[in-house]
Amino acid sequence: MSVAPQARSVRSARSKRHLFTHLWQGAVALLLLVAFLLPVYWMVTTALKTTADTFAVPPVLIFQPTFEHFRVVYEEGSVAKSLVNSLIVATSATLLSVLIGAPAAYVLARFQFRGKADLWFWIITNRFISPIVVALPFFLIARDLRILDKHIALILVYLTFGIPLVVWLCVDQFRAVPREVDEAATVDGANLWQVFFRINLPLAMPGIVVSAILAFIASWNELMFALVLTRAEARTAPVEAANFMTGFGIRWGPMMATGTLIVLPVLIFALLVSRNLVRGLTMGAVK
Amino acid sequence: MSKSKVNWPAVALIAPAVIILLAVGIYPLLFALDVSFRQYQLTKLYLGTDYVGFQNYIAVFNDALFWQSLGRTAQFFVLTVPAQIVFGVLIALFIDGMRWRALSFLMRVLLVIPIAITPTVVGLVGRLLFNRDFGFINYLLSLVGVPPVSWLGEPLPAMVTIALVDIWQWTPFVALVMISGLSLISQEVLESGKLDAGGGWNLFWHVQAPYLLPGLTAVLILRTADILKLFDMVFVLTRGGPGVSTELVSVYIQRVGFRIFDMGVASAQAILLLILCIVLARGYIRLFYREVEA
Repeated sequence: MSVAPQARSVRSARSKRHLFTHLWQGAVALLLLVAFLLPVYWMVTTALKTTADTFAVPPVLIFQPTFEHFRVVYEEGSVAKSLVNSLIVATSATLLSVLIGAPAAYVLARFQFRGKADLWFWIITNRFISPIVVALPFFLIARDLRILDKHIALILVYLTFGIPLVVWLCVDQFRAVPREVDEAATVDGANLWQVFFRINLPLAMPGIVVSAILAFIASWNELMFALVLTRAEARTAPVEAANFMTGFGIRWGPMMATGTLIVLPVLIFALLVSRNLVRGLTMGAVK
Repeated sequence: MSKSKVNWPAVALIAPAVIILLAVGIYPLLFALDVSFRQYQLTKLYLGTDYVGFQNYIAVFNDALFWQSLGRTAQFFVLTVPAQIVFGVLIALFIDGMRWRALSFLMRVLLVIPIAITPTVVGLVGRLLFNRDFGFINYLLSLVGVPPVSWLGEPLPAMVTIALVDIWQWTPFVALVMISGLSLISQEVLESGKLDAGGGWNLFWHVQAPYLLPGLTAVLILRTADILKLFDMVFVLTRGGPGVSTELVSVYIQRVGFRIFDMGVASAQAILLLILCIVLARGYIRLFYREVEA
C-alpha cells in the first residue's frame, strides 16, 4: 500500500524535473533565436517605421507601420530595375549552371576517364578562390569584348561558382541512382542520352532542384563581380543597395526597404533547402 | 570508358561543362597571370602595357599596405574563428541535447537565416545597428551605463564591429556543422559513454569531441578561405576604413585594381592570393576527398 504513493511522488518529481528542463531549454532557445534573428527583425521594422521613429532613442518597439519607404523605393525606379536585373542574371546563371552541370555530374558519377581527378580538383578548388582573383582579369576581358554593363558578363562569371556547385551536389544524387537501372535500360535498347534524360534526370530531380536553389542564392547575393562588371544598365540589387552608403545623408528607411526586398526571396529559398545548405557550403565534406 | 574506344555520347554530355569552365574559369586566371607581368595602369594606358618582368611582384613585396592587409586579415581570423567555434560547439551541444524535439528542429531550420542572408544587406543593417547616435547596440550599452561608442568612426571599434558581424553571421554555420557531427553518435554509444564517463565535461571530451573533429577541420579551412574572400560585408559596412583599419586583403586588392586602377600590381597580388587559396584547397581535398587524390 505504501509503494504506490511513493512511486507517484517519484513520478511527479521526475515530471517536475522534465518541466524544469523544458523551461530552461526553451528560454535558452528563445534567447538564441532573438540574438540571431534580431538584425533581420530590425531591418524589416525600420523599413516599416517613419523616419522620426527610426531615429528615436530609446527605440520604439510598438509603432504605426507605414509602407511609405517601399512606395518611395518603387517610384524612384532604380531599385525595381536592379531587382529585375538581379532576377534576370541569377535565373539565367542558375538555369545554365544546371543545364551544363547536371549532365557533367552524371558522367562524373558513372564513368572513369583520364583527367577526371583534375576536373574534380578544379571543381572543389573553386570553392576556395577569392572572387577578386577572377574579377580583375574578367573585367579586362569583358571590356575588350564590350560586354561591360551587360547581363551576359555577369551570367558568364556566375557560372564559375554555379557549375561547380551543381556538379558537386548532383554527382552525389546520380551516384544514389542504382547502376542496374542504367543497365536494364541499355539492354532494352536505350542509348546513353536516353538513359540520362529519360531515367536518371527525373530520378535525380530533387537533388538538382536543391543545387539550383543554392546556385540561385549564391548568384543573387553576389556583390564583387556585379560591382566591377556593371555600371547603370545591368546593375544588380546588391550593388544598388551598397550605393545607399555613398552620397550625403543616409536614407535609412528606403535603404532598409531595399534590403528587405533583396533578402525576402533568399530567406524563402534558404528555409526550403535548410537541410542541404551546410552540405552545399562544405562541398559535401559535412553532410 | 575503355581506353580503346571513346564513348562519344558521354563526351558530349561533359564537354559543355569542361569548355565553359576553361573559358570562364581557367582562361581569366591565365589572363591575370599575364597581366601580373605587365605594366597595366587603366588610367594611364598611353604608357602602353609592356612586359616588365617581376617588377609588379617586387612592388607587392615592398608594399607595406599589402602585408598589413594580410596581417589584418589574420587578426580578423583570430578575432572571429575561435569565438565562432566556441559558440558554435556550445549551441550545437545545446540543440543536440534538447528534449523538446519540435523546438530543436525549428532551431536548426532558423539558424540557416544568418548564413543565407545577402552579405551586402548584412553590412547595411550593421550600419544601422552600430550607428553611434541611434543604433540599437549603443542603446543596449547605455542601459548598463556605457557611454556611446563610435563603432565605425575609429580603427579598433571598427575592426571589432566587422568581427562581431562576422561572428553573428557564421556562428550558426559552425553550429550546424557540429550538429551534423553530433548526430552521428549512436544512442548506444552515448548511453554507454554516460555510464563510463559520467555526464558533463567527461562525456563531451571522451565521447562527443572525437565526432566533432572532422567538422572542426572543415570549419577551420573553410573559414580561412572565406575570410581571404571576404569583401561585400566589409565593403558596405566600413569601406575598409576608417583609414585602412579594416581593409582586409580582398578589399585592399579591389581598391588597388578598381580605385587606383593599377591592374598589373593588383593582378600580381591576386596571383599571390590565388596560390594561398590553392594551398588551402589542396589541404581540404587531402583531408576530405581521398578518392579524388587517388
